[in-house]
Amino acid sequence: MDWFSNFWAVYSNVVLTLGINGLLALSIWLTLGCGMLSIGNAAFMGLGAYTAALITMNLGWPFPVSLAAGMVVPAALAFVIGKPTLRLSGIYLAMATLGFGEVVRITLLNWESLTGGALGLNGIPQLTQWWHVALALAVTLVVLWRLRRSKVGRAFEAIKEDDTAAGLMGIDVANTKMLAFVLGAAIAGLAGGLDAHLTFFIGPQEFGFDKGVDILTMAILGGIGSLPGPIIGAAILTLLPELLRSLKDFRLVVNGLILVLIVLFLPKGIWDPQRFRGWFGLKPRRALIAKARGL
Amino acid sequence: MLELSQLSKGFGGLKVLEGIDLVIPKGGIHGLIGPNGAGKTTLFNIITGLYAPTSGTVRFEGESLVGQRPHRITQLGLARTFQNIRVFKEMTLLENVVVGMHRHLQYGGLGLLFSTGRFRAEEKRARERALELLSWVRLDGQADELADNLSYGNQRKLELARALATEPKLLLLDEPVAGMNSVEKTELMREIAAIAERGYTVLLIEHDMRFVMGLCSRIGVLNFGRIIADGTPDAIRNDPRVIEAYLGRDDEEEPLDLTQEHPVHLPDLSGDFPELGSPTTMDRESRR
Repeated sequence: MDWFSNFWAVYSNVVLTLGINGLLALSIWLTLGCGMLSIGNAAFMGLGAYTAALITMNLGWPFPVSLAAGMVVPAALAFVIGKPTLRLSGIYLAMATLGFGEVVRITLLNWESLTGGALGLNGIPQLTQWWHVALALAVTLVVLWRLRRSKVGRAFEAIKEDDTAAGLMGIDVANTKMLAFVLGAAIAGLAGGLDAHLTFFIGPQEFGFDKGVDILTMAILGGIGSLPGPIIGAAILTLLPELLRSLKDFRLVVNGLILVLIVLFLPKGIWDPQRFRGWFGLKPRRALIAKARGL
Repeated sequence: MLELSQLSKGFGGLKVLEGIDLVIPKGGIHGLIGPNGAGKTTLFNIITGLYAPTSGTVRFEGESLVGQRPHRITQLGLARTFQNIRVFKEMTLLENVVVGMHRHLQYGGLGLLFSTGRFRAEEKRARERALELLSWVRLDGQADELADNLSYGNQRKLELARALATEPKLLLLDEPVAGMNSVEKTELMREIAAIAERGYTVLLIEHDMRFVMGLCSRIGVLNFGRIIADGTPDAIRNDPRVIEAYLGRDDEEEPLDLTQEHPVHLPDLSGDFPELGSPTTMDRESRR
């Protein structure tokens, strides 16, 4: 096990960041899967990170409580801003959530007495263990997987394809969208709370527009057709800069090039079950029908 | 069952519907015809809650539909299909239909998370019912295909099955045979008749006169936002206002009397209707 302790000593941070990025990609996958292009997830992550860190540092409450608070606060705020903005569609929702993200960032930057302003929060206790991240990721995956297999998941998908038709199928479009939005914010907040207690330091610039685009890229790159997609996208975007370390200054160039190639040649993302079925000459989703016929 | 009274709708200065009074009784197949731009689809959009009327009332089994959100109206027992097909293309046929059962799946958050017996039973019931509904329009053999791979005509049938999945009392069909060939049309005609016999009330919009005349027990005619005639197919066929609305009037000649021998360039409204392809107004519209 020697090699493992060596590996872990060097790379534990990368592995845990990978898990946290996976959570972030899943958070935006949820809203994308319901037909909403929201770039606000970085801000929800920031809210979760600051909430959890401030509770741990100022109040000294147990870690699970601060994590829970780090989920509730962004979820509640998502509910409030969702009411007026979720009626927007497509690029307009993206603009509204982008604006919201800036509001959050500027607030974190200027509320110096609470957030430490541009200097950020220093000396957050490093409470995040590997199994916290693993557990959070596993629970999130199971919940999302169950949702997908139920009428709620079908409602998400129906809204994504055609929200007018979905409404006329008896689906409450406004509330279903709200559910996806709030749940996405809670997952992003959880990722933020875990991240804050992993990195020792958080600052407002970590949760800006760049991060929002990063999160979106992970989900799109991996593929939003199914659950493994966002995880794979998060893994690639986390690991690629590490693997390309030997390229030194060209690292970011090659990183960007790989992304462009994937998006060009795999428009549905890397994980695309339809394509895989095509390779093996299988028809789509046989199992479902067989089950229905009682076979 | 469905009662519209003094219903009006304007978009800006344009009055699309004016003082519509229409009663659809329970049972049977009812038709609504009229030239393009007469306001037929707008009427459907108001009934199903997509548009709010400027004035007037819509009542369904005594309950007012005005101001209700679309999903509530669906839950009350109204379902529709669309003129421009709106199936969920990235889903299989079976999934499309199961989406329509959204409201009828009785399980809560916990049942869904832990896959309880109830959850599994309800999902199984939904899949079986979906297959049954697909068999009504003879698509059950392709239940696992993606909806996108279906032909135009079959996508319309899928929409019909999906609408039935919401357990409607009244089914609104917006040009169900638009873009179908005559074999498909005859087939769908039989299927709609069979659906009506199962106890559903049907109201359909259509351009294809032969289809409407053959299927509907009662027909309303809409022109420039007003109901200009309402009656049995025979009465509608011979109504001079209807003939004028569809074919126009030639001011220089005597008013047309279509019960008499009439000029060859006019389609015969009393018997055979022109096949698709002959250059009449109705056909051009129906192929749109």
